[in-house]
Amino acid sequence: MDSLAPLIASAIVAGTPLMLAGLGLLINERSGVINLGSEGMMLMGAISAFAVVVATGNFFFGFVAGALVSMLMSGFFAWLTIWLGANQVATGLALSLFGVGASAYLGLPYAGESLLPPQFGVPLLQDIPVLGQALFSHHPMVYGSLILCVAIAWFLGRTRAGLILRAVGESPTSAHSLGYNVRRIRLAAVLFGGSCCGLAGAFMSLVYTPLWVEGMVAGRGWIALALVAFATWRPYRLMAGAYLFGGITILTYHMQALGVPIASQLLSMLPYIATIVVLVLISRNSTWIRLNMPASLGKTFNPNS
Amino acid sequence: MLVLERRAQPSRVMAWTSPLMAVILTALCGSILFMAVGKDPVASLEVFFLEPIKDRHGWAEVGVKVAPLLMIAVGLSICFRANVFNIGAEGQLVVGAITAGALVLYLDDDSNGGFWLISLALLAGALGGMAWAAITAFLRDRFNANEILVSLMLVYVAELLLSYLMHGALMDPDGFGFPQSKLFSDGWLIPTVLSGTRLHLGIILALLAAVIGWLYLSRSFSGFKLQVGGIAPMAARYAGFSSRNSLWICLLVSGGLAGLAGALEAMGPIGQLTPSISPGYGFAAIIVAFVGRLHPLGVIFSSFIMALLYIGGELSQSRLGMPSAITGIFQGILLFALLACDVLIYNRVRWRR
Amino acid sequence: MVAEIPPRLALRGISKRYPAVVANDEVDLTVMPGEIHAILGENGAGKSTLMKIIYGVTRPDAGVIRWNGKEVEIHNPASARELGLGMVFQHFSLFDTLTVAENISLGLPGRHKMAELEQRIAQKAAQYGLDLEPQRHVHTLSVRERQRVEIVRALLGEPQLLILDEPTSVLTPQAVQALFTTLRQLASEGCSILYISHKLDEIRQLCHRCTVMRAGRVTGVCDPRQETEASLSRLMIGSEPPAIRHDEREGGKVILQVKGLTLPRAHPFATPLSDISLDLREGEILGVAGVSGNGQQELLAVLAGEDRRAPGDALIFEGKPIGHTSAAWRRAQGLGFVPEERLGRGAVPDLSLAQNMLLSHQNPHTVRRGFIRRPVLRSLAGGIINRFKVRAHGPQAAASSLSGGNLQKYIIGREVTRQPRVLLVAQPTWGVDVGAAAQIRSELLALRDAGCAVLVISEELDELFEISDRLVVMAKGRVSPSLPARETSLDLIGRWMSGLWDEEAGHAGT
Repeated sequence: MDSLAPLIASAIVAGTPLMLAGLGLLINERSGVINLGSEGMMLMGAISAFAVVVATGNFFFGFVAGALVSMLMSGFFAWLTIWLGANQVATGLALSLFGVGASAYLGLPYAGESLLPPQFGVPLLQDIPVLGQALFSHHPMVYGSLILCVAIAWFLGRTRAGLILRAVGESPTSAHSLGYNVRRIRLAAVLFGGSCCGLAGAFMSLVYTPLWVEGMVAGRGWIALALVAFATWRPYRLMAGAYLFGGITILTYHMQALGVPIASQLLSMLPYIATIVVLVLISRNSTWIRLNMPASLGKTFNPNS
Repeated sequence: MLVLERRAQPSRVMAWTSPLMAVILTALCGSILFMAVGKDPVASLEVFFLEPIKDRHGWAEVGVKVAPLLMIAVGLSICFRANVFNIGAEGQLVVGAITAGALVLYLDDDSNGGFWLISLALLAGALGGMAWAAITAFLRDRFNANEILVSLMLVYVAELLLSYLMHGALMDPDGFGFPQSKLFSDGWLIPTVLSGTRLHLGIILALLAAVIGWLYLSRSFSGFKLQVGGIAPMAARYAGFSSRNSLWICLLVSGGLAGLAGALEAMGPIGQLTPSISPGYGFAAIIVAFVGRLHPLGVIFSSFIMALLYIGGELSQSRLGMPSAITGIFQGILLFALLACDVLIYNRVRWRR
Repeated sequence: MVAEIPPRLALRGISKRYPAVVANDEVDLTVMPGEIHAILGENGAGKSTLMKIIYGVTRPDAGVIRWNGKEVEIHNPASARELGLGMVFQHFSLFDTLTVAENISLGLPGRHKMAELEQRIAQKAAQYGLDLEPQRHVHTLSVRERQRVEIVRALLGEPQLLILDEPTSVLTPQAVQALFTTLRQLASEGCSILYISHKLDEIRQLCHRCTVMRAGRVTGVCDPRQETEASLSRLMIGSEPPAIRHDEREGGKVILQVKGLTLPRAHPFATPLSDISLDLREGEILGVAGVSGNGQQELLAVLAGEDRRAPGDALIFEGKPIGHTSAAWRRAQGLGFVPEERLGRGAVPDLSLAQNMLLSHQNPHTVRRGFIRRPVLRSLAGGIINRFKVRAHGPQAAASSLSGGNLQKYIIGREVTRQPRVLLVAQPTWGVDVGAAAQIRSELLALRDAGCAVLVISEELDELFEISDRLVVMAKGRVSPSLPARETSLDLIGRWMSGLWDEEAGHAGT
């Protein structure tokens, strides 16, 4: 029972970058654009945030920097795919490959350096035994991600802007006929997705493991993409999936610590294998996919055709 | 302002000039990058593009890098044309290296080797890569799971598997605990084709793969069916072309080629199994395939360019004091430049008030 | 002195070019308040482009638009709506996974409280006799119900001019009359109506005035009620419609049978098939009437072998069950298939006509030892181009470079040259100009005369009456009993299109 609280706390922290990136990608995909650059954007967000904090000591600026850099990257992606009509899959991959390379290069001066983030917690609530440590002693970004989840769910379900976004993802030609500026709406969605990936990356290098190592995102950008599909593009299901994966990750560390006689590398495979399992589960039912996936996902839209 | 106007028919001229333009654009961006960090742009470009091919030895080194890039890119060209995005070639390469390397370590008794045994090991590598790709094919065939994410996750699994074996079962008992295998004995190494250099048979095999790949795509009915499945899946269904067959063919072929490339790397230039068996060849090959227009002969050109970037990156470390990680940035810029230039194939730039 | 009422809408000298074609050339149009004005023209005449310009989806290259006497520029659909223009598209601008109310909300400016909007929808729908449930998701609606959503959405904008683009292609004859009643009610309230169509009889029935277009220009403005079909046709295509000789044939032995075929839907937006039985006889054309969306695509997929879920004995070919066989196998047995979609399904757009031959000519002649024989493909394609008078730059021309009519001629030619025993055709002349359409129909008749069994699915009842020997009707995933064409009438077919054949007693027919 004693170790349960820190376990839950760790799972929540581990799931937060997945949720942040996933929420951004969810909005992105709801507009009909698939951005495979999440891994690259998270890495660039991570190194940008890290560098800014090392330079200024201000963690808030770090998060802002991470979000801005990734937003710029996603803006470039948006220009290529939405305005120039380039293939979304190839361009997203290019973005990730670039991000991996660029973050490795930019991160060289910071290799192995670590930070000391301040401690946070909700006053009063954090002193509750067990629950206090598990739920109320987290970095504000954790609570921020929860608020974001609720906000996005409300946005999609209850606002006109959310309705328009869903319409654009469902059928951009119909939306265009009705007079909506499909390109601008998609641009906004892509920029939002990019910023969230940047925040997720910043969270990784500033809070989750406050140091810089090349490739430290370790595939979470890809996993976030799988999670969005697993959640059938709904925010609350995404939250559940993110924390589930956070839990799996923490479990593997815990098993290593407990001396479970399985090699650490094999345990580390678990999140990736879990992602494959998750993909298989949601893809099996093609009817389900058809009804839930934004119908125009991945397809280029040209208003002048 | 400049506007983009759709062409009535895609421009064939642009289809072939676009990669060249992309390379030039990359060089330009690169020189800007160099200037930003205070290096002389001309000298830097020279280091990247000219220095590597100054002498016979240089060409051989370029060839050593071209071999795996070309081989994998041929397989990926076939795959991408079928609209199957095998992003996990890196994983298939690693597994190919593991299977071939494991066979060598098992059979190597310091005195044997030779043509048949080497061929057996290479075959094992190809089969290993195929088997790894088959996982992706099966999951997509049976469960409709997205092949991009599945093959990508399998890359991480493959790398962890290699690390596990390097720290355990396949570790060199006399290696002072370093995570690497015993060195393969001479009889098991791939013969070189240019004396005094590291250029090995792999380059011949890769060129052969390119030619066979080209014949397959342009002349065979199977290749035709595969490509129609990629560009017009409804027409393929109408014609009775089995999308399932095409899926398995392209994944097994590209997996086999990637596995073979991995085996060649382990048994050639490296001569053992190590955790860093590949500097990202599987991912770089994706870029090579696109820049080569997904054409088995076009990728000969683009794999050459990519090899230059790799070596240029290494050289820039010693000559310019720039970290070799700069290669990754150049690779990304090259792909971006290509995607941007490709826009001109389908659109014309017009000046409109 | 009576003040002159300005026209509701006046277009003067509207022109629009696209890279390959002049879509509109100095077009003038005048629509008065309360007038039902038709725009008549065959496919490719420029009607759609003109509508896009009026509704703000495209900008004209030249010309002036006047609204109620004042010159205006219509930048986008939103400003068109603000002026008072409403549009009901031919291809609906609806979102399948959203509800009716949400769809309508998106078509109206500003925010809405859903509850209030749903009330307004119910009110407006009742006012014009259109039955609509605001809470339903659009993908559960039939095509006719979807059109109602489009109409109510346009009406809620309180338009002064309502544009309808080919509205009756998705309606049964009875539903067409109901629509006309609604339109007449609107016109009597002062709303102008712009009715785009190529159907002469409907225009003569409904409209006060008619502007006829051909090849991008206006060839005449008249009162359709005073004109004959022949005179309108002359304005529309420049000559009398070519007469097709049609002598009815009795079929020979049954070559393809469907027995009790029942299939659930393959995906959420498909139509399930229910207890379908029909016989295809050699040397006979069987016409399948029905509005799109009643299972025709699904039935064709089963017959052609693209959908192999049918129980083996639900499909019998020459006495053998073939329900599970592949499309390629059926082709080898002599089955030919011309799908509804040309580019993207019947032909690959970026490949040449020669290469596209391989989609259906897969035999030792064209493929030897796994390798494609290019000269053979080229000569086959060349043969088709000559025999069927396909306008193309040669066998190497890309399929996407052909016009709709020529591409269809190529595709049909490709199937015909295989001398099939059974030919399945869907919408043979949709979007095809009149000359090519006549040619295609005579090719189908020639095929029949040579002993082939032909199944034609078409939304154009005129076409079916013209070429069919027997007729069935498809509605809601079921197929009616068949009748010799001469024993049917427009009225009967119209009733059957609503699925009401069970109530008709005493018709023999298989």
